[in-house]
Order: sequence, then C-alpha cells, then structure tokens
Amino acid sequence: MSNRLVVSLSPHVHSGDSVRKNMYGVCLALAPAMIASLYFFGLGAAVVMLSSIIACVFFEWSITKFILKRERSTVMDGSAILTGILLGFNMPSNLPIWIIVIGALVAIGVGKMTFGGLGQNPFNPALVGRVFLLISFPAQMTTWPVSGSVEYLDAQTGATPLSIMKWAIQSGDASALKDLPSSMDMFLGMHGGALGEVSALLLLLGCVFMIVRKIITWHIPVSILGTVAILSAILPVANPVYANPVAVLCGGGLMLGACFMATDYVTSPMAPKGQIIYGVAIGALTVIIRNWGSYPEGMSFAILIMNAFTPLINTYCKPRRFGEVAGKEAKK
Amino acid sequence: MKTFRIGGVHPAENKLSAGSHIREAALPKQAVFSMFQHIGAPAKPVVKKGDVVKVGTLLGEAGGFVSAPIYSSVSGKVSKVDVALDSSDTRRMAVYVDVEGDEWEESIDRSTDLVRLEDRPDLDAKTIVEKIKQAGIVGMGGATFPCHVKLCPPPGQKAECVIINAVECEPYLTADHSLMLEKADEILVGVTLIMKAVGVERGYIGIENNKPDAIRLMQEKAGKYHRGIEVVPLKVRYPQGGEKQLIDAVIGRQVPAPPAIPINVGAVVQNVGTAFAIYEAVMKNKPLISRVITVTGKSVQKPSNLLARLGTPLSQLIDECGGLPADTGKIIGGGPMMGKALISLDIPMTKGSSGLLVMTEKEARRAEPDPCIRCAKCVGACPMGLEPFLLAQLSSQHMWDEAEHEAIVSCIECGSCAFTCPSHRPLLDHIRLGKTTVMGIIRARAAKK
Repeated sequence: MSNRLVVSLSPHVHSGDSVRKNMYGVCLALAPAMIASLYFFGLGAAVVMLSSIIACVFFEWSITKFILKRERSTVMDGSAILTGILLGFNMPSNLPIWIIVIGALVAIGVGKMTFGGLGQNPFNPALVGRVFLLISFPAQMTTWPVSGSVEYLDAQTGATPLSIMKWAIQSGDASALKDLPSSMDMFLGMHGGALGEVSALLLLLGCVFMIVRKIITWHIPVSILGTVAILSAILPVANPVYANPVAVLCGGGLMLGACFMATDYVTSPMAPKGQIIYGVAIGALTVIIRNWGSYPEGMSFAILIMNAFTPLINTYCKPRRFGEVAGKEAKK
Repeated sequence: MKTFRIGGVHPAENKLSAGSHIREAALPKQAVFSMFQHIGAPAKPVVKKGDVVKVGTLLGEAGGFVSAPIYSSVSGKVSKVDVALDSSDTRRMAVYVDVEGDEWEESIDRSTDLVRLEDRPDLDAKTIVEKIKQAGIVGMGGATFPCHVKLCPPPGQKAECVIINAVECEPYLTADHSLMLEKADEILVGVTLIMKAVGVERGYIGIENNKPDAIRLMQEKAGKYHRGIEVVPLKVRYPQGGEKQLIDAVIGRQVPAPPAIPINVGAVVQNVGTAFAIYEAVMKNKPLISRVITVTGKSVQKPSNLLARLGTPLSQLIDECGGLPADTGKIIGGGPMMGKALISLDIPMTKGSSGLLVMTEKEARRAEPDPCIRCAKCVGACPMGLEPFLLAQLSSQHMWDEAEHEAIVSCIECGSCAFTCPSHRPLLDHIRLGKTTVMGIIRARAAKK
C-alpha cells in the first residue's frame, strides 16, 4: 500500500475552477445579447455568428494540429468559441461569409496562434480580426443594417447612432442629433450597428453575471464606463454638438468592449490599480477617437492601444503588498 | 464581521469530525521521539540504549535558545537511539522507547482540578516563561516555533496584546475546535498566563464564525478569568490562521515585510492548543507529551479527534478510526492547504501534528496544467499582495534577483494561488523553490558582510 501513495507539495485541494468554466461562463454571459441579436437582425445574425464561430474553431484546431503539431489541443477549452462569438458580435449582419472567414483567420491565426496560442497573445484576437477587416473592407464593415431588418445579404441599411454623432460634430450642426433614437431605444438595442453591440441592457446584465460569478472583477468595466460617462457628460455642456451620455454609452461597441473585450484575461493588466489605469485610458481614448478622430467608432482602437501598454502597466502597477500601509497606520 | 484585508479564498470546509468528542488514543507498543519536532536547533539526546524512562522523563535537551527539549510520553526502556523517518519525510535522529506499563514522573500533577492564576500568586513573568521553556512547548498550530522565544521580546520591543489563534482555517481540521469545547477553562487560564508572561492587559481570542458553539462558550467564560480577554468572531476566510493575517483581522495592523515580526506591531500570537499546553506545563508541571490530532478524510470510517501521546505511530491512529481505507491515494500530515504529503504511516506523531488527512486516489491526483491565461485570480487570492503568476515564472526561469525584487520572501506558502488557479498551474511549487533559493542568497550575502 504505502509504496503507492501520491506525494506532492501543498496545497492538496483545488477550487475546481478551470479555464473551460471561465470561457464558457463568458459565453453564457453573452447568450442574452446573442439571442437579442437574432431578434433584431434575424437570419443575418444567425449566419454571421455561426460562420464566425465555426471558422474560428476550425482555424484553432487546424493550426494546433498541422502547424504547431501539439498533441494536447486547446480547441475545446472555449476560448476559440468565445473569440468566434465576439468577432461575430462586431460585424454587420449582412457581411458575406468569405469576409467573415478571413476575419476569423486573422483573429485566430495572426492574433492568437502566431504568439503561441491561449495565454500568449498580446492583443485581443477578436479585435485584431475586426480591425483588420475594418481597414481591408471599409465599405462592407461600415454599412450597418438597421435594427429589425431580419434578412441576410439584402438587409436594409441605415445610419447608426455613431454616424449621426460624427456628422453632428463634423458639420457643427447640433440639430443633427435629433435623429438619434430615444435613450430607451438606445438602451434596449433598437438601433443600427454591429449585431451583438446593440443591446446595452443585455450586455450589462452579462457583465453583472460575470462579476457575480467572479469570472471578472469590476475594475475594468466600471472604470471604462465611468470615464466615458463623465467625459460625455461634460462635453455637451461645453458644445451642444456632442451627444448626451446615454447615447454615447449605449451606441456602437462601447458596452460590448467595456464588458467583454477589454476584460479579456490575457491582454489586460493583472493588478487592480493597473486595471483601473487601463480602463480610464480606454475610456478617454474612445471618447477622443470618436469625437476628433476620422472613424466614428474608437472602442476597438482604444482597447488595442491599451493592450500594447499592458506589459508596461504590469511592470509599474503592483498590487498593494501586505504591510505596506503599516508605516502610515503606525503614525496615526 | 472582522477579517483580514488582502486576498484570501474559501475552500470547502469539510469539517467531518466537528462535534466528535476527544477520545484518548491507546498507548503504542513502541514510541519514537524525533529530536526535530520544532523549528530551530534539534534537541540533543540525553538517554542511551537500555535506560528506563517514565512519562515525563527528559529524552533530549534543547540544542540552543531557538530549540525545545523532548520528553518521553510513555514509560519503558530505551531500545535504541537512531535515525527514524519523521513527518518531513526525512530520516533524522530519534529515541526509540519500548513501552512497558504507564508510569508517570511524580512531579506531574495528574489531577483534573482547575488551577487558576489567582491560586498561584508566586508566579511571575520570568517563572512562567522558564516553565514553558522547560516543558518543551512549541507552536501547536503546526509551525512548531519554540514558544518561549516569542514570549521574550527583543530589546526595545514591547508587547501590547496577546492574540490567541483559534481560527483553525485549514479545511477538515477540528482539533482546536474540540479542545475549546472541552477544555475552555484550562485554555482561558493558559491565556492569562501568556498575558502575564508578556506583561499585557489585553488578550484577544480570534475564532472563525463556523464555530459558533466555541465562540459562545468562550464568550461566556472569558470574563471569569480576566477582564481584558475579548473573543473576536471572524468571517470564515483562508488563510486567517496565518499569523500576519490574524493580527490584521483582529487589531487591524499589518506586520511589515520580513525581517519584521509580529512584536513590531505589538502583538504576540499563540495558538489555542499552545495556550492549553502552557496551562498544563505551568499549573500541572506537565511537559508537552501529548496533543489533540484530527484523523479524518472522506473515506475514513470514523473521523475523530484523538488525544494521543507524542511518538505514537500514525498507522495506529488511523487504525483507531476504522483503519486505512482501501482507496487511499495520499496521506497528509496537517490540513489539505499547507500539510505535507507523507511517504509512510510508520512516521511517529510529533508536537506539530495537528491533523492526519487521508485522501482518496481520486482526490490525490492533480489535474494537468493548462497555459496561464493571465486571469489574475492568483493576484486577487494572494493574502500577501504578491503576484504569484510572476513569482512562479521568475522562479522557473531562475531569475532570482528579479524574484527577490518582487518580494518572493514575503510568501507565506498558504497555497491560495495554486488552489484558485483555473489552469491548475503548480504555482506554489515553483514559488517555494524560488523562495528557498532567494533566502539562501540573502543569507550568503549577509554572511559576507
């Protein structure tokens, strides 16, 4: 008997948490918004999302097997599916499948696997895919079906809240903002945009679910949304061409980015202090790009820029060490 | 409810033996006394083969100031002085005693009458510390640091309060819990002795609120022994029983990074089992020869709290609880978070044996590690505010200077990081290696100067 005992170092028990549980947990948090996208964009949403997920999983599997030649495949750990969902969420519901496949190849192949796969990528793979497509296919990637247009390729397109905001700023005509949907419609998702971005309410619900289930902490989403809310509350006071905070927060990819893209484990800072700096910078960059940059949307660029700063933030922002405050307290 | 401020986890408690009365274990046929039952210099054997010993006879004298003497817990004849496997899985010097009868040294008061501090006006601080030192008492929570050392503050340092560690935050273990329920009066007298020894008027007893019966009992009785004793219920959170975490939880002060020690923030921390041992040593003249140990595990027939003589082989303790289960995969000395996996059951019980945990084959296996996904859960769980993922990485790449800079020596090896890691990475294995190496480098540097 005694010669068959397992001998290993403590701890001898484990919380039972796993990569899979976290990844599928995020997928579950995205489910309400996914269902809503089917309601808003019908067949188009289903085709785009499915092809994005299948393409991402396929590229992850084939690269692991044929190029990296790894025996242990990470394809079922949920991370490729998650990238697929997020990439799909970032696309217009009338995007042709071949473009989606290119996006998935860039997201998984270039964004993730070239760096060594799960855990190694410096940039959020889904955003790498999205930005690649945005630059390569600007026309297709900026023509947005309107909410309620449930066809696939022939979906009816129209102005999105972000393009209206951009127009108001560029023309200097504050009355253009009257065309914005009502705040309630913005919050619920009754407006044009990428298929998974529209329902701020359901994305927020997913975010709360992740925080409650301890998949993520509050620091990143709260600091991004807080920064954007404060800046966009000040700007209209200074000049009425800037839109109200609700429209800014609910429009475009802000909510999706703040809750699901910026919070990506691999590419965000580790210490709470660093996460807040990262979040505030993303919020500020988004507002700057949206209002004064050439693109109507700045969320993806802001996150990618801050992804690049993550190693630097990690080097300088350490968690508060135990005992660090003792000196101050002793003086009190 | 109070708790410590940084990090922490909440493992499944699994206190299977909670509420079971303390049973006295049978005498062993042969008892083996390791000379390494404490941190510091080993004890030096003072007996030789053929010597006749009684319960309470000195077997090994302290090997220095940071050391503790070892007494026989049985009567009989010394059969040999030789190496023996001990709970650190190494062979080290030990005294073997073949047991005959159960004869005690006459100096030991075996009555159960309670002796209170008021009954012994002759006791002053110095006498108390000397008695504790002579009795060979060490930290009973598992750290086994010689007790008298902590009661002699370095010059210039003054204790402000005594904190009794009755947290027992390790899953499964219930030895301290059962001791509190059955020996509350003795423990409280022990607390007054510690307070007198370090000259303070404030004592706190920190108990996690998963032991409401112990909290209630201690609260009822504390006032009878000293007005300055306060029972502090704590929110259940691991590693609250860590000395630094407990001080933070109870009095809200954080001990700075090593080499600072608790006395630097005015605290003297002793385990509740130590308080009981101190009572017996000072009031009953009884050296440390026995302790309560929790024998437990999901497939153990009768998880129990046993009062066992030191030197008893662990195999005998398991037999008293229904024998070793057929599906045993791992045996742990201590609790599942910080205990040591043992290589054999022939190992004798020592002063630090707080628990004996039998895990099934299924529980014993670690999952295959996945790549680090940089989720920062280890950072959130670390009660010392360190970055375990980084320390593990630096250690595995032998980057010792960087590891030192990242405060690897502050690690208390509680295991919260590895416990919480979704990728099942062996973070603490790497960090331990790094910590030991860096501490060696620091010592070498100090020696050069």
